[in-house]
Amino acid sequence: MQTIGALEIWAGVLGQFWPVWLSLAVIMGFSFAFKGKLGLYGHLYDSGVGIAGIALVLFWILTALFADVIATFDPIEQFALLKRKPPGVVDAESGIPLYFGADNLGRDLFSRMVQGSRFVLTIAPAATLIAFLVGVTLGLPAGYYGGRTDTVLSFLANLVLAFPVILLFYLLVTPGVRETALPTVMAAVFFVFPIILFGLLFRTGYAARPLLFSVQMTLTLLVGGWLYLGLVFNADPLGIVGLDPNELNIFAAVVFASSPGVFRIVRGLTMDIKTRDYVAAAQTRGEGAWYIMLWEILPNARGPLIVDACLRIGYTTILLGTLGFFGLGLAPESPDWGSMINQTRGFIRIVPTIVLPQTLALATLVLGLNLLADGLREQSLKD
Amino acid sequence: MTAFLARRLVVMALTMLALTFVVFTLVNLEPNLKKLALQQNNNRMEAEAVERWLEREGYRRPLVVRYGEWLINSVQGEFGHSTRFRKPVNDVLPERLGYTGVLAFWVMVTMVPGALIVGVLAGMREGSRTDRSLSVFSIATTATPEYVSGILFTVIFATWLGWLKGVAKAGDVTFENFTLPVMTMSLYGLGYIARMTRASMAEVMTSQYIRTARLKGLSFPAIVTKHALRNALIAPFTVIMLQFPWLLTGVVIVEKLFNYKGFGWVLVEAADNNDIDLLLACSLVSVAVVILTQLISDVGYAFLNPRIRVST
Repeated sequence: MQTIGALEIWAGVLGQFWPVWLSLAVIMGFSFAFKGKLGLYGHLYDSGVGIAGIALVLFWILTALFADVIATFDPIEQFALLKRKPPGVVDAESGIPLYFGADNLGRDLFSRMVQGSRFVLTIAPAATLIAFLVGVTLGLPAGYYGGRTDTVLSFLANLVLAFPVILLFYLLVTPGVRETALPTVMAAVFFVFPIILFGLLFRTGYAARPLLFSVQMTLTLLVGGWLYLGLVFNADPLGIVGLDPNELNIFAAVVFASSPGVFRIVRGLTMDIKTRDYVAAAQTRGEGAWYIMLWEILPNARGPLIVDACLRIGYTTILLGTLGFFGLGLAPESPDWGSMINQTRGFIRIVPTIVLPQTLALATLVLGLNLLADGLREQSLKD
Repeated sequence: MTAFLARRLVVMALTMLALTFVVFTLVNLEPNLKKLALQQNNNRMEAEAVERWLEREGYRRPLVVRYGEWLINSVQGEFGHSTRFRKPVNDVLPERLGYTGVLAFWVMVTMVPGALIVGVLAGMREGSRTDRSLSVFSIATTATPEYVSGILFTVIFATWLGWLKGVAKAGDVTFENFTLPVMTMSLYGLGYIARMTRASMAEVMTSQYIRTARLKGLSFPAIVTKHALRNALIAPFTVIMLQFPWLLTGVVIVEKLFNYKGFGWVLVEAADNNDIDLLLACSLVSVAVVILTQLISDVGYAFLNPRIRVST
């Protein structure tokens, strides 16, 4: 069996990532040059922590984008002869080396790691976004009105937060649950919130301009309805958007687990901001409650919310990894990092390097998101 | 204080009821019952026979009635029979909880002082080099979940260096055996507590009475230990108590990772094998832990910080 040395492995890997290095250099170079004009994003380039965070996160986003160019093999192709081979072993047929070796079924770890970034970087930000829209839609009225609305909503949020995450997943992400209508119902409830929120946003902001308002509402309903059909019922008439039942299950469970956290933060921020003078001014002008919440309070809460979003995407990445680690909900051949860790960890006594690509990939992405959040927090405190 | 406590207790009982009901419903979903019937009998049972078995075992009665029955039994300390271990839940769970208790004890003993030291060192001189490097260290630990750090430690300390064991046997408290799981769990939590402590410490250090102490000419160590520390440690107390729910998830991951047969391992076994009674008992324990720690943290916070006692 032919193998290549450590130096050649690293040279090969670095070479495979060429589209990433190129775009990274272009994006970060331009951002650095024009950092004064880029607002909060530009300020990130003033601190080492911020730059490190951006570099790590961008690296993985670009890897997910160019995954097909970077990966050397099909992530589910199995080489029966190369099972559990150490890094640098060469596939005899194509002559291409398996840079990080092969897993227990003889699949190329390098390609699986690269392709795995796609799953994480689509589900984690999307689930965080939906969780945010749910949390914002419920947290604003809870904080603004207080009283009974707040008591009921906070009780529900605390209920979900009192569930140990792992127990929640073991109960919600199972083949049994997938046979029932539960994931669909949950998703159906969660995905209504974005439509409600955008509807309210346009209604309170532009109801005085009927033409613009009707265009916005039609667009919201069309795009929202289209995504709704595709994501919740897997019945997109155009056939572009769709989620498998197990992905829908994971998505719904992750949104369910993280929206109460967002709710609490939004509620706290709203309670703080509603005592400000500009809110009192709006109230004196006779503005509606939802106008004040969406156009006065929400924009002023954006700083802490952006920081929290970064942290939360990282946390969702960890959650997805946990699901994979316990073998919950994901297809066994899926190249996501959590499942890879779970499948290979039994062999670390024989081939220690077999778990490294996926564990380090997950750790660096989450580290990048956390550093980014820290950089953002530091910069937004300075303003 | 009494009214505050009473209100908290009522909310706690309500939460407990709601949560156990949700768990009960989820565990008793139709597909789960069918799977249980097939597992308990032969796997090639006809649909009719499944129905008959479920009817006979009482699974076909209304959910609320069965929940009420379970509730009454649980209050009396009777948790039913585990189908996975083929013995009463009361014989399985306490032993495993004890093993996990030992693990959690060592995690707390190493994590809390470590985190407080890191946080205080970083927070007492905000913006210094120590502060920056300790902050990056705590970010790195919070960013590394147990199933990543645990595996990396196993590769380094067990496979390459051979100092420690990659698996941990329950009930055998030795350095070789326990270091990896304890280290894995405490590092993940350490960063979070340390950052809270740092923030709290940094805030206290800018307050008026510290300035007064400085102007009095007190030495820096005296300011930190005598004046700052006591006030700076109120906020982390809540965070430390709220670490218990997280510890529970961490326990499940770490116990699976190191094959430590404690509570987390039982939970996974129960969930994987549709062991309804055992899973319910496990859920009850975890939910109780979460809610009790919340209560302790609320009451403790009110006790430590006289200012909020009046408002709630």
